[in-house]
Amino acid sequence: MTDKMIEGLAARFRNCPVTGLKIDKDAETLIKLNAVVAVVMLLVGATAALLLVLTRWQAVHLLPADWYYRMLTAHGLNMLIFFIIFFEMAILYFAGPIILGSRLPAPKLGYANFALMVIGALLVDIEVFRGKADVLFTSYVPLRASPAYYLGIILFAVGTLLVVLHFLAVLVVAKKEQTYAGSMPLVTFGALTAAIIAVITLLHGAAIFVPTFLWSLGLMDIDAEVYRVVFWGLGHSSQQINVSAHVAVWYLMAGLTVGGVVPNEKISRIAFGLYILFISMASAHHLLVDPGMGPAWKVWNTSYAMYLAVFASMVHGFTVPASMEMGQRLNGFTKGRFEWLAKAPWGDPGFSGTVLSVVIFGFGGGITGVTIGTEQINIIAHNTLKVPGHFHVTVVGGTALAFMALTYYVLPLIFKKKVAFWGMAKLQPWVFGIGISMLGSAMTFLGSFGVPRRHWDITFSGAPFTLEFPAATNLFFAMFGIGGLIAVTGAFMFIAIAVVSVFFGKNVTDADLKPGVAGIPQGVGKLPTQQYQIDPAFERTGAPGTVVLVGIFLACFALYYFVNWQALSFLWKVG
Amino acid sequence: MSGTTEMHSAIVPPQGVWWTDANKHERVWVIIAFIWCMVLFAMMPLWHFKGGQNPSGIRGKTTAAAFSERVNRMVTEFKVAEENGIAVVEPPPGSDVYMLAQMWRWYPVLKLKKGATYTLHLSALDVNHGFGLNPLNLNFQVVPGYDYGLRITPNSAGDFRVVCNEFCGIGHHTMVGRIIVTE
Repeated sequence: MTDKMIEGLAARFRNCPVTGLKIDKDAETLIKLNAVVAVVMLLVGATAALLLVLTRWQAVHLLPADWYYRMLTAHGLNMLIFFIIFFEMAILYFAGPIILGSRLPAPKLGYANFALMVIGALLVDIEVFRGKADVLFTSYVPLRASPAYYLGIILFAVGTLLVVLHFLAVLVVAKKEQTYAGSMPLVTFGALTAAIIAVITLLHGAAIFVPTFLWSLGLMDIDAEVYRVVFWGLGHSSQQINVSAHVAVWYLMAGLTVGGVVPNEKISRIAFGLYILFISMASAHHLLVDPGMGPAWKVWNTSYAMYLAVFASMVHGFTVPASMEMGQRLNGFTKGRFEWLAKAPWGDPGFSGTVLSVVIFGFGGGITGVTIGTEQINIIAHNTLKVPGHFHVTVVGGTALAFMALTYYVLPLIFKKKVAFWGMAKLQPWVFGIGISMLGSAMTFLGSFGVPRRHWDITFSGAPFTLEFPAATNLFFAMFGIGGLIAVTGAFMFIAIAVVSVFFGKNVTDADLKPGVAGIPQGVGKLPTQQYQIDPAFERTGAPGTVVLVGIFLACFALYYFVNWQALSFLWKVG
Repeated sequence: MSGTTEMHSAIVPPQGVWWTDANKHERVWVIIAFIWCMVLFAMMPLWHFKGGQNPSGIRGKTTAAAFSERVNRMVTEFKVAEENGIAVVEPPPGSDVYMLAQMWRWYPVLKLKKGATYTLHLSALDVNHGFGLNPLNLNFQVVPGYDYGLRITPNSAGDFRVVCNEFCGIGHHTMVGRIIVTE
């Protein structure tokens, strides 16, 4: 190698003073770009959320019908697709080149992909706000949007697919150039899982949105049921990208915040692998009360006879808290079953946000999701508010909150900025988590009264027959409204913190890298130990606190599950 | 060194062989979780044999014209009244009954007998609709081009409403139908 080449290579990297990681500067820039756009999308989505809450809360009923459905379309797309996927692109640029200390093989391609995704997203949003795509997130054919809308989705998806392939190329380059020794770290493995599922998902996406684009131009026909089947191959697998990504973030944050260790690499990696093998067709649980498929297809594709994807999440639901518990125990918090939890760094929003994400996702999203995704129980859940009640606690309380927690570490480590409004930042995960939990619970209760989702006016003004839901629904709508406002407040707090930190924040100096500095999360001030030499006896103490927590979880799960079977059994006979 | 073992966080690449046994707590949880997942699975086939509520139905393809024709035939044959301009029909117990979804109405109003069994056929003329029977909270997807024939046995008398719970355009919220069940 010539001197010039070595110089060139050196110029591509900087060394992180906290983690010691070698950071590729282009990867770092792409993390910043994707994260900033993600926050902008979050702002659009959260503004829409505010208007939606104030409309569905019947006591306020703010928007007219057309704008309600338009905002609902915008809310779904900007939150579930744009915010989350831009953030996940940032995670891929972190989990690949940065954790592995590798170069980015094709930086120019990285910027081009980013541009393609931004163009696609803009095109979609323009069409939605022009009123040319009032088809909601699912755009069920034969509801029709403008061709430009479908084209925007396709461009965005192509950009995403290229970023994923670029990430896979990083893994090859890092291995070949031996930038790390041993096996790839678990966080990267989790990101790889997400990337593989993303490829499967995006292929489904192409299989449905390319024909739909042609259909919108009048060039072909599409069967309404076939659309639903293939669409959910995209729609549900994309949620499994989110789960894989946020579980990887949980492991990452456990390490960064409290020096959490991987209790067992084998078990955690098998669990990630199960996501790939057993989720791709779980789109079935969106079609349980559809006329397209028979019961054998539904039962099989919901569960593959073993619910191994649910099993995988239950495994992570143990190993992630166990990781934190064992890390804390190694750091001296060994008293009783719960000293590790009581003395955890609750003032660190990176930690509190991660823990809340695990709890809300598990207790809220996991339990409700498996239950309403059961073939027969779906009869009392399909298209009611139980469905958005479920996914707001998985994808918002789980994924979005995990990403927010991570952001508190990305700001000082990648943007090299102190976290602005530090006092507010400590509260933000709690505000957001409590708000979304209230909203999700209220929706779940409302759904059990049969209140429909995606509905502008449940007083049914102008309908030929009247219908009043039980008086209790007023109470739950108030809870929905208040929870929604609190959650939106939490989202705006996050946006304010992120924007002010990035554009107006104080730079992190070496002198700031110590515990107790405002704007510096605990794990950044002093990174906990990431590698321990320990007495083998320690491993045998396991995680006695986590055992109690998962026991409570299983009891709640069984209770909710069988209560729903009971509610179903009271209904008319149907079959 | 024989006395120590290595543990690390999830950002550290594991060295050597990491395919090792988990500790006792983790192993036990893995087994319990697996058994629980088998219970989750077993409940579904079990309910097909022992339970009274299954979304199986008789499923077939149809067309807007063919389905409309069958609806109209039923209306001609069994119409007993009219309400808000919508026909009320009372087909005999055991028969095939039809409900048609279109922007933005359910047609016609059905009058059924408690305890009798009917095959309720659902289809849509234009876009997807959602059949939501209230206050029972019984929900099915209604897809254009498909005939979903569900065998139903009302176990309660009353005046029920069918709301549309799949977004079907700007008038979605006005789409309320009616099913009357008499003793």
